[in-house]
Amino acid sequence: MEELIISTIQRTMVAGTPLLLATTGEVICERSGILNLGVEGVMAVGAVTAFIVTMTTGHPWLGVLAAMAAGFAVSLIHAFASVTLQANQVVSGLALTMLGLGLSGMMGKPYVGRPLAVKMDDVAIPFLSDLPWIGKALFYQSPFLYLALVLAIAAWFLLERTRMGIQIKSTGENPKATETQGINVSLIRYACVLVGGMFSALAGAHLSISYSSSWVEGMTAGRGWIAIALTIFALWNPGRAIFASFIFGGIFVLQYLLQPLGISPNFLAMLPYLSTLFILLAISFKDPRRLNAPAWLGAAYKRGER
Amino acid sequence: MIRITTSDRYNITPLRSFMTNVVALGAGVLAISLIFLAAGVNPLYAVSQIFLESFGSVYGIKETITKAIPLILIGAGLTLAFRAKFWNIGAEGQLLMGAIFATWTAQHLGNALPSVVIVPLIFTAGFIGGALWGIIPAILKIKYAINEVITTLMLNYICAEFLTMLIVGPWKGKTRFGFPGTDALPDSAILGVLPGSRIHYATLILAIICSVGLCVLIYKTRFGYEARVVGENPDAGKYAGIDFLKTSLILMAISGGLAGFAGVGEVAGIHHYLGYPASVSSGYGFTAIIVAWLAKLNPLFAIVSGLFFAGIIVGGDAIQISLGLPAATVQIVNGLLLIFLIMGDYFLHNKVQIRWFRA
Amino acid sequence: MKDICKSFQGVHANKDINLEINSGQILGLLGENGAGKTTLMNILYGIYQPDSGSILINGKPVRISNPLESINLGIGMVHQHFMLIQNHSVIENIALGYKDTPFLFPQKVLRQKIKAFSSQFDFQIDLDQKVWQLSAGEQQRVEIIKTLLNGADLLILDEPTSVLTPQEIKELIEILRRMKADGHSVIFISHKLDEIMDICDRVTVLRKGRIVGGARTKDTDKMGLARMMVGKEVTLTMSREKLPRGNRVLSVQDIRVTGDKGLAAVKNVSFELYKNEIFGVAGVAGNGQRELAEAITGIRAIDSGKVLINGRDITNLSPRKIYDNGVSHVPEERIRFGIAPGLFLYDNAILKQHHLKKFSKRYFLKYESVKLHAQSIITEFRVATHSINNQIRNLSGGNIQKLILGREISEQPQLLVASHPTYGLDVGATQFLREHLLKLCRQGSSVLLFSEDLDEIFELCDRVAVIFAGEFMGILETDDERINDIGLMMAGSKRINTKPVKTAPAN
Repeated sequence: MEELIISTIQRTMVAGTPLLLATTGEVICERSGILNLGVEGVMAVGAVTAFIVTMTTGHPWLGVLAAMAAGFAVSLIHAFASVTLQANQVVSGLALTMLGLGLSGMMGKPYVGRPLAVKMDDVAIPFLSDLPWIGKALFYQSPFLYLALVLAIAAWFLLERTRMGIQIKSTGENPKATETQGINVSLIRYACVLVGGMFSALAGAHLSISYSSSWVEGMTAGRGWIAIALTIFALWNPGRAIFASFIFGGIFVLQYLLQPLGISPNFLAMLPYLSTLFILLAISFKDPRRLNAPAWLGAAYKRGER
Repeated sequence: MIRITTSDRYNITPLRSFMTNVVALGAGVLAISLIFLAAGVNPLYAVSQIFLESFGSVYGIKETITKAIPLILIGAGLTLAFRAKFWNIGAEGQLLMGAIFATWTAQHLGNALPSVVIVPLIFTAGFIGGALWGIIPAILKIKYAINEVITTLMLNYICAEFLTMLIVGPWKGKTRFGFPGTDALPDSAILGVLPGSRIHYATLILAIICSVGLCVLIYKTRFGYEARVVGENPDAGKYAGIDFLKTSLILMAISGGLAGFAGVGEVAGIHHYLGYPASVSSGYGFTAIIVAWLAKLNPLFAIVSGLFFAGIIVGGDAIQISLGLPAATVQIVNGLLLIFLIMGDYFLHNKVQIRWFRA
Repeated sequence: MKDICKSFQGVHANKDINLEINSGQILGLLGENGAGKTTLMNILYGIYQPDSGSILINGKPVRISNPLESINLGIGMVHQHFMLIQNHSVIENIALGYKDTPFLFPQKVLRQKIKAFSSQFDFQIDLDQKVWQLSAGEQQRVEIIKTLLNGADLLILDEPTSVLTPQEIKELIEILRRMKADGHSVIFISHKLDEIMDICDRVTVLRKGRIVGGARTKDTDKMGLARMMVGKEVTLTMSREKLPRGNRVLSVQDIRVTGDKGLAAVKNVSFELYKNEIFGVAGVAGNGQRELAEAITGIRAIDSGKVLINGRDITNLSPRKIYDNGVSHVPEERIRFGIAPGLFLYDNAILKQHHLKKFSKRYFLKYESVKLHAQSIITEFRVATHSINNQIRNLSGGNIQKLILGREISEQPQLLVASHPTYGLDVGATQFLREHLLKLCRQGSSVLLFSEDLDEIFELCDRVAVIFAGEFMGILETDDERINDIGLMMAGSKRINTKPVKTAPAN
C-alpha cells in the first residue's frame, strides 16, 4: 500500500510537469491579452526538436535549448499574425496547432521506434531525497519538474511583484490606457507570446526526453488543450496553476488506479473539462465582472485608436 | 531607411477578394514545397501527386467526395456561426453527439422500421444531438458571458470521453481489430452508397441542400440578416431591437445540428457502427474551420472549399503511403494554407506601402 | 503656447492659439464641445503634434512628441475618461504610470513615496483597493497622484467635474487650492461657468477653434463669459412659420436614468411634446442628452418615472416595441449604433425596419422592396454613392448620416428623436437635413431634437429646454425674451421655472 501511494505521488508529479510548463506559458501569454490556441502544436514541435537534438548530440540539455528555440520560432508566426496583422486569434492559433503537429510528425518520422541512448535522467536533490515516504516521490525526479516549479514561481513573482508584471497585466486589461502611459503594447505582447511558446516547447521536451525516451507521433495527446483549460481553471495565476496542474496530473494517474474499482476512467478523463466549465459558471454567478480574464483577451488592439 | 505605412483599404471588390485568396493559396503551396524539399521529398512530385491522387482518378474523386461530405456540412454551418462572430470550435463534439443520438435511434428502432422511415429518423436524431451540444455554449455565452471558444472546446472533450464511456460500457458490442465499439447498426439504418464507391449519397444530397439552404438563410431571410448585423456590430443590433438570445440559440442549433448530420453520415454511411471518437471523425470539426474560412464565410462556396480540402486529405493520405510521410503531413498543409489565407486577408483589408528613404 | 494651429482632415481644431500660464495660477479653459479645448491640451501633453506654432516652457522652446516627454517636462494630464486599469489595485495603477517605478517590488517602494504625498495633500486613498471599487472622485484622485508623483508642475484637468458628486467637487477644489499654494499651475478645462468663476484665476474662452476672449475672473462675470462662449447676443430669427400645436404626443414624467458609470445621468426630467412641434434640447454634450435619448427609445433602462406616447406607457419597453409605437431614433454615435459597417447600403437602409410587413414576409426579407426603398432614400436625401450595392463603410460620415436620417424619417414616425443630427456635416448637408426635419413636422410628426448648435436650435425649434447635469434648467418658447439667458442655463448658472403649456386637450 505504501508503495502504491508513493508511486502514485511520483507519477502524479511526472504527469503534471508538462501541464505546468505549458500552463505557465499560456498564462503569461494570455495575461498580455493574446489568446494562443496553438499550444498543442508548439508542444509537439518542442518534443520532436528536443528528441532529435538529444539523439544526434547526446546531450539532453542541448535538446532542451533547441526545443526552446524551436518553440520561439514557431510561436513567432502566431505573434506576428495576432499582434501585427491583427488577425483573428482563434483562427491563427488553430493554424499554429495544425502546423506544429504536422511539422513535428514529419520531422520525427525517421526517428520513430528508435529509443534514446542518453535521456534526461532523474536527479536526486541531496538530503531531501532521503526523506522517508515522500523523499523518493518528490525529490528524486526529472529536472523538468524542478524547472517547471521554479518557472511557475518565477512567473508568479514576475507578474505580481515586478514592474514588468504590472505592465504585462495592464496590457491585457486595457491596452489603450497602457499605451497612453508610454508603454509599448506590441512589444510586450510579442514577448509574452514568444515566452509562452518557449514554455510550451519545454513541456514537449519533457515528454520526449524525460517522460519517455522515444518519439511517437501524437505523443502530446491533447495535453496542450488541457493546458489551455487549466489556464482558465487557474484563473490566470501561475501559483494556482501549480495546484491545478498536479491535480489534473493526478487525475491522469487515477484513471488507471480506479479502473479496477469500476469507476469509469472516461468519466475521470472528463473531469478537467467539466470542472473548468463549472468554475467558469460559478464565478460568473457570483459576479460576472470578476471572471478575472484579462479584459482585452483575444481582442485586437490598433495603436492610436480613439 | 525603409518606412512601411499601412492604411485601410476601402474598395474591396469580389474579384480582388478572389484573387487574393488565389495568391495566398499559391504562396501557401510554395511554402509547403519548401518544407517538402527540406524533408528530402521532391516538392513538384509531392504536390502534383496530391492532386492527381484526389482528382486525377475516378477512385480518387470518389474518395474525395466521400471525405468532402462532412466538411461541407460542418463548414456550411460554421459560416453561419462565424458570421455572427460566434467562434464555434466545438464541431467535433457536435458531430460525435449527433453520431451518438443517431446510433441510439438506429439500435432501438431500426429493427422494427423500414429504411424509408428509419433513415430520416436517425438524421433527425443526429441533428437534435448536435444542436443540443451547440446550444449549451450559446446559453453560456449570452446568459453568463462565458467565452464560447473555451466552452465549445471543453465540450469536444467531454463528448469524446462520453462516447468512449458508452462504447466500453453500456453500449459495448463486438470488438473489431481489438478496438471496442457498438454492434453493427441494423441494416435498415445503413445508408446506401453509390455503387463502386463509399459515397453515402443521402448525406451528400443533404449537404448540398444545407449549403444552398444556408445561403438562402443568411442572405435572404430576416434571421440571416439579424445574425449578420449582430456579427458586424452588436451595438447596432441592440439599437435595431434584435433579440440576442434567440438569434444565438437558433444559429448554434443550426451549426451544431449540421455537424450532427455529418456525424450521422459517418456512422450510418461509412463505418456502420459506433467506435472510438478518433475513428468516427478524423478532425473534421477542425478542418471545417479552414473550409469555412477559405469559403469566405459563404455557405455555397463551402462546397468547393470542402472538396478542395477533402482532396488534400485524400491526396495527403495517398502520398503518405507512397512516400512514407507521416500521417500528420496533411496538417502541415492545412496549417500553412490557413496562415497564408490569414495573411492574404490582411493584405486585402490594408494597403501596405513601402517607401525607401535616404538616411 | 504660441500661435498653435492644428487641423484634422481639413477642419481647424485649433487656430492661432496663444496661451500663457504662470506658476501658482489656475487657468480656466472655457468653451463648448468641439471648441478645441481637448485638442489643444492633447498637443500640450504630447498626444498630438501641432501643425504650426511653438511651445515654450520656462522660456525655452520645446518639442513634445509623446506623453513621456511631456511628463519629463513636468506636465501632467488627467483625462476626462480615466486611463486606469479597473481590475488592478490603486497602487498597481500608480506603479504603471510612475516613470521611476523600480523593477522589483514596486508596490512596496511606492507605498512610502505615496504616503508622503498623501499627507501633504490629504488624499486618503486605500492603496490596495481595486479601482472599480472606487468612486469617480477617488479614481480621479488616483490620476492626480500619478501626475504629482511624476513631478508635474503643471496639471491639466479635462472636464474633471463631469463625473463627480457635489461633495467630491468640493474636495477637488480643496486639493487644487492646496496645489496652487504649493506653486503648481493648473489648466482647468470646463464648460461650467460656476466652477470656472469659483476656482480659476484667469479664464480663456475658445469657440470653434479660436480664442474669442479671456479675462481675470475677478474682472468679469458669468454673463460676460456666457456671451463669449456662446458667441452672440441671442437673436431670434424666425425663418419659418409657427405651426399650430396639436395633441400631446410625448409625455415624460419625472424620469431618472442611470449612466454608464453608475451615477444618475438624468434626474427628474419632465416635459411634454406636441404634434407638429420641434422641441429642442440644448446643452453641452455630456450633460445627459445621450442617456435621455436612449431612455426614451428603449436602449437604456429608466429607473423611475414614466414615458408615454399618445397616452400609452412605453417606459422600459424593448426598442422594437417602442419603434412600433411610432418612435424613431437617429443616434448620437452614428457609426457605433446606427449602422452595421460591413453590410451593404441597402442592408443598412432597413436596420430598424426589417421586421415590418412591407420588408419581410414571414421569414424572408423582400429584397426587391428593400432595394427600392434604399434607392428612394438615396434619391430623396441625396446620399452620394454610386450604387446601393456599396458597402456602407465606404461612404463619408455625412452621407451615412443622411442615410440614417432618411431611414428613420421615411416611415413617418409619430416622434423622431434626433441626437446631434447635423454634427460634422458640411453646410449643404446640414441645411438639407434641417429642411427635412421641418418638412417632417409639417406632415404631422414631431421631433425631439438634441443639439449643441444654437443656430440650429433657434432655426428649427418651437420650444427649447436646456439640459445641464441631467436636469432641465428651463423650458422656454423660442420667442420668449428670457432666451437670452440660454448661455447661463447651458453653463448651469441659471434656472428658469416655466408654466405648463396651454394646448388642445390631451388625448
